[in-house]
Amino acid sequence: MQNKQEYLALTEKRAARSPVLRDCFFAFVIGGLICLAGQGLRSLYLALGIEERPAMTLVTVTLIFLAALFTGLGLFDDLARIAGAGTLVPVTGFSNAVVSPALDTKSEGMILGVGSKIFTVAGPVLLFGTLAGALYGVLYYLYGVIFV
Amino acid sequence: MKRIHRFQRPPRILSAAAAGGKEERRGPHGEEFDFCSPNDLFGVQTWEMAEGEMARASLSFALKKAGIRAEEISLLFAGDLQNQCVASSEGLCSVGAPFVGVFGACSTMAEGLALASLAISGSSQVSLAAVLTSSHNCAAERQFRTPLEYGSQRTPTAQWTATAAGSVLLTGEENPKKTGWGPGGRCPQISEVVFGKMVNGGITDAANMGAAMAPSAADTLLTYFRESGRTPADFELILTGDLGKEGSALLSLLMAREGFYLQEKHVDCGMLLYDPEKQDVHCGASGCGCIASLLSCHFLPRMARGELHNILAVGTGALMNPSLIQQGGSITGIAHLVHLEVR
Repeated sequence: MQNKQEYLALTEKRAARSPVLRDCFFAFVIGGLICLAGQGLRSLYLALGIEERPAMTLVTVTLIFLAALFTGLGLFDDLARIAGAGTLVPVTGFSNAVVSPALDTKSEGMILGVGSKIFTVAGPVLLFGTLAGALYGVLYYLYGVIFV
Repeated sequence: MKRIHRFQRPPRILSAAAAGGKEERRGPHGEEFDFCSPNDLFGVQTWEMAEGEMARASLSFALKKAGIRAEEISLLFAGDLQNQCVASSEGLCSVGAPFVGVFGACSTMAEGLALASLAISGSSQVSLAAVLTSSHNCAAERQFRTPLEYGSQRTPTAQWTATAAGSVLLTGEENPKKTGWGPGGRCPQISEVVFGKMVNGGITDAANMGAAMAPSAADTLLTYFRESGRTPADFELILTGDLGKEGSALLSLLMAREGFYLQEKHVDCGMLLYDPEKQDVHCGASGCGCIASLLSCHFLPRMARGELHNILAVGTGALMNPSLIQQGGSITGIAHLVHLEVR
């Protein structure tokens, strides 16, 4: 091989790109259907006489549960292979990111397996999500002190 | 420095067998596997242990075909992709043979065959050597990439780690009495081997292993052709391990630049194991069980039947470590060559 730079450029030029338009289309349709299902659940809970706020929480919980169930049944990854961001972006993606490592590490025990590795994928979201929340809280407080 | 090891009394391959999983059974060579587990678990509880069981099953079948007992193995060369090569140690401990653990990522089968050949030609103590390697999709994916059920989209250059194992038995005897090839079957011999140099092409994308391995495969093949004075035309087949579609194209390109045209002589095991139309495996199969199983269940039996006489088998490995990749490191490739003949 003559030259690393040249080889890298060659492989990058050659490597097939992900079919972005197709991926976007399926992400839009399947992600949209998940949101539609959420909307349907909201209407259902409201029709059952549940109040607006708890109904919204119930919708989220139901979607999380369904994503976890489908992950356990081994169907979620098959759908995600087509849907991509369509299943990743809604709350379903987060549920899958927590359940899939838990399933994988179950054989290593509840403490050292599931307990310590359940957040290997979702960990960064939890950490930086919490940090961002705290930071926002501080900014919100300062805004209150200075301008109100 | 000469790099080709040529054997005065070439070691003979007297038996081989392969075991695989359910995707491998669905593949074009599925019927040729000696055993496939319908749920990839091989009767045990975890993927890690399943790989060990699969490795042991392939060895059992290779021994059974030749009517040889496990106690007759003087050296057992084995390796896999799991940390500390635990599939080999877990699965083969009960075999009770002197064990040489080998790691060359997906080049391990060729590395093992080359080492076993050297051992047989160098020591009269080694009358029967067994070489086997395995890889398990579920054990490898969760170690190297993401959890199994994690929903994500793979890039087009990604490959699918094969759930497969292959075992080969070698002897120094010229006309072994007991073989696994059946009546009239001829033992393929290992005439020459070349140990590859590590080549780093600067690839940092763990989803483009073919590109990481192609330069090392080209390096080993060029070394062999230049030193032996032979060309691809002198062989019926030039078999590579798991370059996949992308890596194979890059190998042809790198070889053509040096004036060696592989063309239809080149066959990659990674592109044979699955049906690209029906099985969603992107660029093909990978893993050290890939070339191990197809050699054992397809190419060596074809040689024994007299359908193939003279082939080069190049095991290709990506010496990839997930931590090093995250630290900004790149993937080093390695390729070892074995010249197989039937005379």
